[in-house]
Amino acid sequence: MTTDVHQLDDGAWISVNDSREINVSDLWLLARHEFCDCEMADFLAEGVVEVGVDYPDIAARFAGRCIQCGTEGVTDWLTVGRVIDPDDGQFYGVVPESVHVPRKRTRLARPE
Amino acid sequence: MPSKVENWKSEVYGSEIREHLMEFAAEGWDAIPEDEHDAWFERFKWWGLYHQRSGQESYFMMRIGTPNGVIEPGQLEVIGEIAKEYATGPVDNPEFGDAYCDWTTRQSIQLHWIKLEDVPEIFEKLESNGLSTQQACGDSWRNIVGCPVAGKDTHEHIDAWPVAEDLHEEFKGDDDYANLPRKWKVSVTGCDQGCGQGDINDLAFEPAKKDGELGFNVRVGGGLSRKEPRFARGIDVWVPPEQASDVAAGMSALFREYGDREDRFNARIKFLMDEWGPEKMRRVLQEEFVDFELPTAGEDMRDQYTYNAGQNDGHGDHVGVHEQPDGNYYVGLDVLVGRMGADDTLELADLAEEYGSGEVRLTQRQNVIVTDVPEDDLDAFLDEPLLEDYSPDPHPFMRGSIACTGSEFCSLSITETKNRQVRYARWLKDNVELPDGVEDFHIHLSGCTASCAQPQIADVSLRGMKTRKDGEPVEAFDIGLGGGLGEDPHFADWVEMRVAADEVPGYIQNLLAAYEAEREERVVPEEQRGRDGEAVERETFREFIAARDEDALQDLADAEETSYEDPYMHNTKMTWYPYADEDDMNASPAPTDGTGQPLPSDD
Repeated sequence: MTTDVHQLDDGAWISVNDSREINVSDLWLLARHEFCDCEMADFLAEGVVEVGVDYPDIAARFAGRCIQCGTEGVTDWLTVGRVIDPDDGQFYGVVPESVHVPRKRTRLARPE
Repeated sequence: MPSKVENWKSEVYGSEIREHLMEFAAEGWDAIPEDEHDAWFERFKWWGLYHQRSGQESYFMMRIGTPNGVIEPGQLEVIGEIAKEYATGPVDNPEFGDAYCDWTTRQSIQLHWIKLEDVPEIFEKLESNGLSTQQACGDSWRNIVGCPVAGKDTHEHIDAWPVAEDLHEEFKGDDDYANLPRKWKVSVTGCDQGCGQGDINDLAFEPAKKDGELGFNVRVGGGLSRKEPRFARGIDVWVPPEQASDVAAGMSALFREYGDREDRFNARIKFLMDEWGPEKMRRVLQEEFVDFELPTAGEDMRDQYTYNAGQNDGHGDHVGVHEQPDGNYYVGLDVLVGRMGADDTLELADLAEEYGSGEVRLTQRQNVIVTDVPEDDLDAFLDEPLLEDYSPDPHPFMRGSIACTGSEFCSLSITETKNRQVRYARWLKDNVELPDGVEDFHIHLSGCTASCAQPQIADVSLRGMKTRKDGEPVEAFDIGLGGGLGEDPHFADWVEMRVAADEVPGYIQNLLAAYEAEREERVVPEEQRGRDGEAVERETFREFIAARDEDALQDLADAEETSYEDPYMHNTKMTWYPYADEDDMNASPAPTDGTGQPLPSDD
């Protein structure tokens, strides 16, 4: 079974296999990032911009803001969780408040 | 490549969704295949059903579109009865109780906690009384807005109500316009005060005169969402009332053909207007989508627009007692943040029958209007106890408050909104003196950048955010100042960012003190004095803000804690329902069956 990933409702949340898994309004701590000048960005996710799958990772780019310095923009790719076994489709989400390292590329899911 | 939503729409969309919806409703929530949830919930929007946010699975928001906000005699009672019987959730709202109606900024009605299994009965009751949820959400013609007192307004040049009615009849259910790239918001106004808010709609018809004949100028491409606000731009087209539907058909067909179906974030026509500009928009409309010569724009009435224009003596809203051309009166009642309990709604329906024609109208400021009250009955109506809670003469802080749905039900919102704005308005009323002469002061609170509370066109704009306080994340707001409509509309300037929610009232208090202390006054020469005879003219709040640069605006006021207490500082989005005693996501009873009983989990 393939893993079905998309964002819906104006980028309000990410669906993985028709289950709402990641919502906006969480704070994500970003390290080794280029989003702003803060060593550790305290990033508020306001909207999902793109989603991608790079097995087993599910990744997304978010629009939002670093609430420390105020920089607004779109992040590079953040791993939001994993589907380890595509046959059972079980999603294991990351903890947004832990530290994440954005990466430049991933495989795009179909455009939303 | 078309987006996933477009693929779902190409399989089933428009009127045909209803048959499936009814089948699912008959079989129950569980009948929707789990791997088709997203596709069906996207499609259900077309029939006015929007799946509520995470933690509230199986419950829907239902939107009823009432064109121009007109609720005909008898219909309000039906709406109140439906709210009371069906719009009751597992937990009460501490401010509004167990069942309530929301009057929206687009003159529609929203009910919450609707169960799929109840939809057939609700539809039957609505439709047998001339009401419908059709196309209230989704990618199509949305509810048509306009001056809420069209046909009953002394400022009117054209009665726009029949035009709005025609457009509603023609484009609701027309398969040619059922599947557009994105939502399509239309405003039609015939009055000279600008209260149709055409500037923030995809397509606007505004009153204009051409060769002595009254008709409409056409504007295209307004909208507020996603930090990309645009005012609609004139496309140099005038249309007589009888051809408004031809131009509307042409414009929405143009949008259907040229709107972006690959990227939903770029799909609204405001982005096509960015790309093409008004000249090309006109040319393509003329060459490809209408079969008559489009007249150039007529002489508009925008220099008379006073609605929400930030003037001291302007027409800020429709609250209060106003005479109709037929000698009867309409009475605009303030509904704080647009939410009215179901029992109050039923009582209002009775009062509208008793004192007026039974008709009630909704405004774009989330208020209600009882029309057709004879002069002899006015005093008795105004003495009714219900009007103590929904006043025709409210305090400016109550009257000026607008709030969107917020994290109570909405997936996109960052913060709690309605209950908070109720608390803000009450605290401001009790603790802050408005400067002399300020009778209208608009504070619009939106939980996110979708801007459903229209924050950018308020005196004070609040947009949901987060910040940290003592290291802990708390709900917060960006604060914008000086927005409004009128002849020269202006979006608010964002001045203070990430103000903790419990420091916002203190900021507004300090801001108004600065305005009172620093605003300019001038003596009005006797021959220039208006009807009120005021000898001193004071700088309006909007002028006061416009006269200051970015640095000066930031120096105006500081945010601070006050006696205001905010019970919603935590991350309300992490709860299943922010007001539940046990609010943890795991405590949610959802999804439930048709009787509200929790369904067994898959785990």
